[in-house]
This record gives sequence, C-alpha cells and structure tokens, in this order.
Amino acid sequence: MNGFMKDYFRTNGLAMGWTLILLVGFWVVFLIILPQIAMLDFSFRPNLPPPEMGGPKDIHTLDNYKYLIYGAQGSESTYNIVDLSVFVRTLIAAVFVTIFDLVLCYPIAYYLGQSKGGGTLRVLVLLLIIPYWINEILRAFAFKIIFGDSGVINEVLMFFHLVDSPIDFIKMNVALYAGLGYAYILLMIFPMYNVIESLDRNQIEAARDMGASWAMIHRRIVIPFAKPGISSGCTMVFMLSAGALAAPQILGGPSSLWFTQRVYQWFNMNGNWTQGSAYAIVLLVTCIIIVLSVMKLFKVNMGDIGK
Amino acid sequence: MSSGVGVDLQDVWIKFGDFVAVREANVNINGGDFFSFLGGSGCGKTTILRAVSGFLEPAQGKVLIGGNDMAGKGPNERPTALIFQNLALFPLMKVWENIAFSMEVRGASAGERRKRADELLDMIALPGQGDKLPSELSGGQKQRVAIARALCAEPDVLLLDEPLSALDLGLRHHMRTELREIQQRVGITFIYITHDQGEALTMSDNIAVMRTAVIDQIGTGKDVYDDPSTAFVASFVGVNNMYRGKVKSISNGQALVETNRTGDLLARISTGATGKLAVGDDAMVFIRPEAFDIADDKSKTNTRIQAKVSHSEFEGTSYSVFLEGDEGKEMKMSLINRGEARMYKHGEELTIQYEANNAVVVPAGEVAGE
Repeated sequence: MNGFMKDYFRTNGLAMGWTLILLVGFWVVFLIILPQIAMLDFSFRPNLPPPEMGGPKDIHTLDNYKYLIYGAQGSESTYNIVDLSVFVRTLIAAVFVTIFDLVLCYPIAYYLGQSKGGGTLRVLVLLLIIPYWINEILRAFAFKIIFGDSGVINEVLMFFHLVDSPIDFIKMNVALYAGLGYAYILLMIFPMYNVIESLDRNQIEAARDMGASWAMIHRRIVIPFAKPGISSGCTMVFMLSAGALAAPQILGGPSSLWFTQRVYQWFNMNGNWTQGSAYAIVLLVTCIIIVLSVMKLFKVNMGDIGK
Repeated sequence: MSSGVGVDLQDVWIKFGDFVAVREANVNINGGDFFSFLGGSGCGKTTILRAVSGFLEPAQGKVLIGGNDMAGKGPNERPTALIFQNLALFPLMKVWENIAFSMEVRGASAGERRKRADELLDMIALPGQGDKLPSELSGGQKQRVAIARALCAEPDVLLLDEPLSALDLGLRHHMRTELREIQQRVGITFIYITHDQGEALTMSDNIAVMRTAVIDQIGTGKDVYDDPSTAFVASFVGVNNMYRGKVKSISNGQALVETNRTGDLLARISTGATGKLAVGDDAMVFIRPEAFDIADDKSKTNTRIQAKVSHSEFEGTSYSVFLEGDEGKEMKMSLINRGEARMYKHGEELTIQYEANNAVVVPAGEVAGE
C-alpha cells in the first residue's frame, strides 16, 4: 500500500495528487455515501413534524417498510396491492426495456465494432450522439408529440389507411417503452461497441473458414467475447430505467404508475420523506439483487463490467 | 507424394479498386508439396493466399483446387484450412474445443469431438493439455494447437500465413523442422507464406519468389538461390554482390559484362534469362560471397577483381572480408574458417577471383531493398 501511494504521488505530483484525492473523496463521501446513509436512516424513522425530530417519538421503526407490504397501519391482513403491483410492474418493465435495448443495440454495436473505422463510422457515431445533446425531458416531450393522436406515426398510418382512427400509443404505454428504450440506447451500445471493437477479425474469419454459420459465429465467438460489454450495458440500462422518473412522468399512460413516481409522490406531494426513503431503499436493494443474480447466472465477474 | 490435391492459379489478377495487388499469377502447385510464397511485405503474397482460401475473389483468372474451379465458392466450401499470422485461436474456448471447432460446426457430439481433439493433441505432442485455455500455452504450443485445429477439418490444402513470425528465433528454427515433419506425416499440400527466406529455403519443395504484385520465379530452393531468373530474385534471396554493366559479348551461355569500376566480368547467363540478353544490353552480374576465393591466377582475366579491403568480420565457422566495390557499396566475401583465418586490414589491396559458372548474369532490373 505504501509503495502504491509512493508511485501514485510520483506520477501525479504532490499538489495534483492531493487535489485528485480530495475531489474524489468529496464526491464519494458527500455525494454518494452520506446521502445514502441519511436515506437509510430516514427510512427507519416515523414521519414527524420538524419540532419533534430528535425528540422522544423519533425512534427507529420498521413501519415505513411495513406500509409498502401491508398498507395502512393495523391492516396486516391485507396487502398493499396498489404499491406492490406498481413495484413489480416497474421491475418487469425495466427488464423488458433492457432486453429490447439489447436486441436493438447488439447488431449496431457489432456493425460499428467490426467496420474498419474511417469516415462512415465517425458519422454514424456522431448521428447516435447528437440527439443526446438535447435534454432528456425535452426528448420525452418529443416522443409524446411523435406518438400523440395527431403525431407523425398516427398521421402516416391514417394517410395510408392502415387505421381509421388514431391509436392511443400513450395509453398502451408504447410511447413510454419507446421513450425509455431510446433514452438509454447509448449506454447499451458503447460498452458493447468497445468490447467488440477489440475482437480480432481473424477469429471471425477462422470460424468462417471452418464452415461456421453466422449464427454460430455470434453464439460461440462474438457474444462470449462481448459478454462484459453486454452485462455492463444491461446493468446500466436496467438500473436507469427502473429508476427513471422523467419518461414515466411525461410519457406514462393515465393508468400506469412507475415506482419512482410513487417515491416522488411521497417526497414531494405527501411530504413524507421517511416513507419515500423506505420505498427508494427497497427499489435500490431489489435492483442490486437482481443485477447480481443475473451476473451470477451468466457467470460475469464484477471486474469484467468495468471493461 | 502425388496423392495430395494440387492447386493451380491460372492467369490470376487481384485488384483492390484501381490498385493491382497481384498481376498475372500462374502457379501450379503439386499435390502433397510444401510450397512457399516468398516476398517482402506488401508484395501480394497474403492476397494470393486469401484468394486460394476464398476470402476474396480474383478480378480475373481461375483458382483450381484438385482441378475444380473455385469461383464463387466461399472459404467454408473449399477444401482448405487457413492458419492465420496471429493464429486466431479462440481465447474463451478450451484447447480441445478450439481444435474440434470444425467438428462442432458440423454438429458432432461432444464425445466425438473430445476424442478427435485428444488424438490430434497426441499428434502435436501436447497430450493432456486439452482442458487448458490458449492463454495458458506457450507460443510454440499455441502454434501447434493452431495447426491441429486446421488439420481437424481434414483439409486437402493447408494454408499458412507467416505463422512463425511471432515466435522468437530459437523456436522459429525448431518449428521449421516440426512443420516439415507434420507435413510429411499428413501428406497434404501446404502453401506457406513467408518473408523469411531461411524458412522458405529449408522447408519448401518449391518456392515462388514475389516482387511487388508479380511472381518472378518458381523453383526449388536451390533453383532460386543458385539460378535466379531476375535481378530481384538474385538480390532478394540470400546475400549477393551486384555489379551493373553492359553486355560486351555472349558465348557458350556465358556473358562478358563491362562494369564501371570493377572491369569486365564473365558470368553464366541464368536459365530464366536465356535469350533475354543481347550485346549492348544493360545487365547485372551477381556473385555470392561464398563464390569468391583469395587467389591471383593471372590466366583468369575476366573473373578477377582487385579491390581495397574496408574491414573484416570473424564469425567462427566463417569469416567475411568486405571490399570497396561499385557505387560506394561494399563487396562481401565469405571464407570458411579452416584455421588459417587471417584478418585483412583496412586499406590492404586484395585480388579475389571466382568461377564464371558460379556467378550469374541477368537483365538489369528492379533490385530488392531499393
């Protein structure tokens, strides 16, 4: 450890070394660890008006978590169906969005990664990035317009007489899934692209030479090689879409609620921060468990994700 | 060994856009031969190999394997297996899975594949290494695994694209012998691409020497070394002393060439250059360092060179004397060390001579390394 620190200061210099340590330390402690601990602590406390905070009533309790499962106090025979179903639906939808993005982005990443570079590649990458110069919320509104009753899609469908009346994409949640899927496409493409780019083309040619079909080349050579990129892309897309707020808020149908919207409601509309914290913690922990189990299932190491 | 499957290139041209990578290649490779394409980087030798394996189609001409036209057939439809320069082993598959990949493609069961892979591992002298990953093997072992993987597909023709270039020198020499042995054992045609003349000369039955996009000469190692057809082959294969000049007279298959500084030199007209030289033509005389002798036989007027010594090098089995030659270049003379080696000093005046039949004359042309 001593040697490591010595090397660290030798390469970065004393001033720069300390600046980096302080900045990263500040970031990790004040922006990640402390807020999370505060949230965790909050989630075990009753919702009290400010004067009573720290008073005799401010004790640790599991009530906030119980509420998510059983609903209002004293009704432990019935479950909190509304919130639990929103919770489960959010997770399933996030999984769906992740799979959708994976299927959509793998061919793009493969094409980008294996094309020999040059001008076309740079133009393609630029075309992928440019839309992301626009704010996420504005992009969500754009989707709302595109999928609206008089949006481009409905107009086109009606122009060709494929449908008689506009399809309500918003109500069917098509707009929501499309918006979510689109929001995180880059986070899926780039990790996969980075890995596939480093795949030796000769391996593909060697497999072809031995008569392997394209399906087999992908199954046996490209996908196993790209696994770290696939898992890091999937992790990011899943975590972010399960935790998305803007897209569900703007594109969600009237009857569909995202779990993050419930958290938002607790914090901002009901003023019940402790309840909101408990919901947020449950979502975070569940997502982490899901990601870790899927990684275990596909035999991906945590270290590979960083690649 | 005439049992193997031969490969014929008939008037093959390969182009990338306007760039001609291979020009009018005509090659007949006998079945069971160890055949090498020898040339510098960018001469088109790998391109030829890719045309034989089916990764690219010639713009013109035919590639025949075992007499069958391969036009329109992809790499998987040809009876060839290619060993890549970087071997291209699959890093995430175990060694035995690598070797038996071609069987996996054909849908063979895991048991069958394992059995065949173990047989091949025995053949390449790596028994019991099947469960390792390629990254756990040494360079030479990876080499042999790549060969086993290619042989597992039971190809009629094995194509090797400079497979030894990544190995260190000692291993490279060892693998030469080993490759040749494997080729003798399996008896199939090997087509070998290399820029290393030592590899080509030691392993091959026949060698095609390539200049940029063109095949200059096809022959045995002895042919291309002792009887080069062109100035390029003479200068590319082995070390050679070159003298530019004009043909003064021709008789009995020998030409007398008048050079600028060294005087008139008599040399045998190479077989490939027969009929291409006339009196007054620009010509080049090539004399091997080992063809020289230190002597001063006054009767040999046109096979004697007088020059100043520039320096000497002692190499153990032999020693070399460098003399000041034409165009500011040095002439090299190699002498076997029989114990009487004497280091000639800078500035010493020396007379050396050679046998006219051990020197060749070819029409003036492009020279390697210029």
